[in-house]
Amino acid sequence: MAVALALAVAADAAAADAAHGQELYESRCGGCHSLDANRVGPAHRGVYGRKAGSAPNFNYSPAVKNSNVVWGERTLDAWLTNPQALIPGQRMNFRVATAEDRADITAYLRQQSGK
Amino acid sequence: MTQSIDLRRRGLLRASGVSVLSASTVALLAGSEKMAVAQPSNTANDVGILNTALALENEAISAYQLGATSGLLQKPVLEVAVLFQTHHKEHRDALIATIRKLGGTPAAARSDAEVAQALNASALKSQTDVLRLAQRLEKGAANAYIGVIPSFGDRPLAQVSARLAADEAMHWTVLTQVLKDPLPAKALSFGA
Repeated sequence: MAVALALAVAADAAAADAAHGQELYESRCGGCHSLDANRVGPAHRGVYGRKAGSAPNFNYSPAVKNSNVVWGERTLDAWLTNPQALIPGQRMNFRVATAEDRADITAYLRQQSGK
Repeated sequence: MTQSIDLRRRGLLRASGVSVLSASTVALLAGSEKMAVAQPSNTANDVGILNTALALENEAISAYQLGATSGLLQKPVLEVAVLFQTHHKEHRDALIATIRKLGGTPAAARSDAEVAQALNASALKSQTDVLRLAQRLEKGAANAYIGVIPSFGDRPLAQVSARLAADEAMHWTVLTQVLKDPLPAKALSFGA
């Protein structure tokens, strides 16, 4: 089951469209986030591959700060599906309903993280 | 008669230790009395969502303040910007009252200077620049309110989130018209 899920996520990642992800990021994440500045949410450049709760100078919830999550395809997909299910006690709560959109946003964040 | 009802209501609110709520807050909470007996875990999560919304509103208030005092906005655009800032202040006040009613602690606002730095306000050189920033923030805010709707434990609060999103979408539409940008060619352009 876990292998099948990992393969499905990997397939989504391969097909993901970072350009569309940028459009989605700006319209849907941009209310709270920027790539290079902490705002309502933390700065996102470099988020891919980073441990959750580790962006400098951002006041994270204890739940995110103390989690062991590292942001990658699977964790970002789970986070954008339902943040509370991945890290109970977090403060984001914003959900992206479709798997394609989540994959595209993740592809954009990966690109902007130089990964 | 109406006045006596209002006075009695105010007395009840004071007696219960709850500060008198503004008209917008009463409207916000209308039909949501069950919040007082909501499940604790749901309530804590709802307070978290509302505090994130409060941070969003505080950032918008600061952004409009920066725009209004920049010297870049001319009438009647300046008056519209101040009106929209007033809407965001009403949202803020309603959110603070609701967070407190749920037993939470409202998050403190960042200073205008901090927001200016985060939004790179020093790059704003014209009225169009200010309006583009406001347009971008309003769309992001509308989409943020839409995106958190499924996460509320208390369904009336989800409805409130939709009402807040509608205000932000209205702001975006006006700004889009002022900028003479084309309207969306397709339906369902928000939350997508």
